[in-house]
Amino acid sequence: MNPTLNAWIDGIGFLAPGLPDWPTARAVLRGEQALGAAPSQLPAPAILPPAERRRASRVVKLTLAIGLEAAAHAAADVATLTTVFAASGADGHNCHALCEQLATDDRQISPTRFHNSVHNAAAGYWGIATHAMAPCQVICAYDASFGAGLLDALGQLLVDGQPVLLIAYDSEYPAPLHAKRDTPDCGGVALLLSPQQSERSQCMITVTPTDEPAEHLADAALESLRTSIPALRSLPMLQTLARGEAGRVCLDYLPPMQLAVEVQPC
Amino acid sequence: MTPLLLSSFTATTALGCGLAATRAALASGGSGLQPCRFESVDLPTWIGEVPGVDTQVLPPALAAYDCRNNRLTQMGLEADGFADQVRAAVARYGPARVGVFLGTSTAGILQTELAYRRRDPDSGALPDDFIYRTTHNSFSLAEFTRDYFGLTGMAMAISTACSSSAKVFAAAARQLALGSIDAAIVGGVDSLCLTTLYGFASLQLTSTQACRPYDAGRDGISIGEGAAFALLERADRAQRGDILLLGTGESSDAYHMSSPHPEGLGARLAMEAALRSAGLSSDEIDYINLHGTATPANDAAEGKAVAALFGRRVPGSSTKGATGHTLGAAGAVEAVICALAIGDSLLPGSPGTENLDPAIAIDYLLQARPGKVRYALSNSFGFGGSNCSLIFGAAA
Repeated sequence: MNPTLNAWIDGIGFLAPGLPDWPTARAVLRGEQALGAAPSQLPAPAILPPAERRRASRVVKLTLAIGLEAAAHAAADVATLTTVFAASGADGHNCHALCEQLATDDRQISPTRFHNSVHNAAAGYWGIATHAMAPCQVICAYDASFGAGLLDALGQLLVDGQPVLLIAYDSEYPAPLHAKRDTPDCGGVALLLSPQQSERSQCMITVTPTDEPAEHLADAALESLRTSIPALRSLPMLQTLARGEAGRVCLDYLPPMQLAVEVQPC
Repeated sequence: MTPLLLSSFTATTALGCGLAATRAALASGGSGLQPCRFESVDLPTWIGEVPGVDTQVLPPALAAYDCRNNRLTQMGLEADGFADQVRAAVARYGPARVGVFLGTSTAGILQTELAYRRRDPDSGALPDDFIYRTTHNSFSLAEFTRDYFGLTGMAMAISTACSSSAKVFAAAARQLALGSIDAAIVGGVDSLCLTTLYGFASLQLTSTQACRPYDAGRDGISIGEGAAFALLERADRAQRGDILLLGTGESSDAYHMSSPHPEGLGARLAMEAALRSAGLSSDEIDYINLHGTATPANDAAEGKAVAALFGRRVPGSSTKGATGHTLGAAGAVEAVICALAIGDSLLPGSPGTENLDPAIAIDYLLQARPGKVRYALSNSFGFGGSNCSLIFGAAA
């Protein structure tokens, strides 16, 4: 017997190659604007003090950008929010630098590089930036990371009765790791999920397991984003939401388990 | 929360493979720590290495997962008949209804470190036999475990540094509460690698001797490795005396990437949340397995938080002087130690610690002693300010 896992989406943050924010992504998903080929633009995080802002890595910029966009969209106070971070890997550039140095005779790695190597580095900086002392989850499920993050976010929301900010994101590895894991660029989506409907609610989602194949996107460039950046396995759901349609879409999770999402606009 | 049954549990650390070795060491005050001779590592530090990891052979169909971390995963799963209990649960509920929730900090990154020594001299390419997904990636141990048992349902890795495999209990408990699964394999696996050994050394957080938690002269951690697992099911299957998960509490420091909040504020929030979740007062806890890494900052901060909540009323100890700090596996290793404390009526001591820090006002146990443990609390805190406390008890 499977339970009904549902929530309202009150805010969305988005960033991907050629799609600098949710309003742009929404317009492209609605077919009102073409997806231009451009690398992801990662804004300098104004929320960090100047020194940290300059040192902020790409994943820190990415997660602050989409997380803050979703929270602002929902008019939520980031300092109080429970968060779930889901990422298919850690900071690839930092990982490469560490492995490269550890393969030499000089293994005295930088302490900053070391603490930035943890999978929860972006989540740690989020806490420092937002002062949020609420629970913060950090998940990895390789290509299934979005689905895993969504399942735990819904779990927290339904068990604790509190809003949860889901921040699903991925970043690229440089060469030579890039040949082994070819995520092309930074990209991610943040969803402010709420257990109750409010005037901010964009839609209600109901998630159930299924073994059906995932929805593909008709636009080849969008479909390529869906398949190459794990967090963007969420795109079929976001397209239904962007179009203001009611509908059921299937998202890739962990074969043979997939996630069916019923989207009901508010 | 609704209590959950730990229908089977096991731990493999430097103390040995499985519960018997763990039990014997906890009772006698034994330690698995030794001077570091791991791989080509040249550091003046002690480690808790699991003997025999590299003799493990993975099933041929799962050969792509072969690396030290997954060998340790398999070694841990096969200890104490745990794998058989999982197979029985799969037979009971079906392969889609048994979830996998495993914690790690570095998974099989050692495999990548070694591959970087074998790059093509011309192109710089990594060797063909290096597979990122099934060894390096943080999910690799969870995907290996899912495939090992032929499971088809929910799986995730949680990677919040040293709180990872405590937080898996909370994540699995949520899905069991919602009814999206009927059982969960929870646990953690972390294995020795150069990143953590040289990394903690770079932060000057490794001791040159065996670590001494809560000692006045403590000067850092001893890195260990481990694999610990529990099978969580609903408590209606519980028999008298069986171990139950009663409460979970999670919080964030929101303070610093590699230093704890100096007053232990996040730690206190996690312990308070766990007590609320279990419906218990601080006076009802009989034993605290402290995070107790033996760094000056960690033990001072945790000590303040424990003193504020429990005063000197509740005995506690860190068992990292026995196992070393098993990082992403520590939460699960110490959950199993709490289960043994309850089941064996034994409060573990703190091998290595001699002169207690007089500035920390808690009831710290140097030696193991017999005693009834109805409720045990376990603390796990990690880099990035990630905190998790768990409470265990016995079924009446």
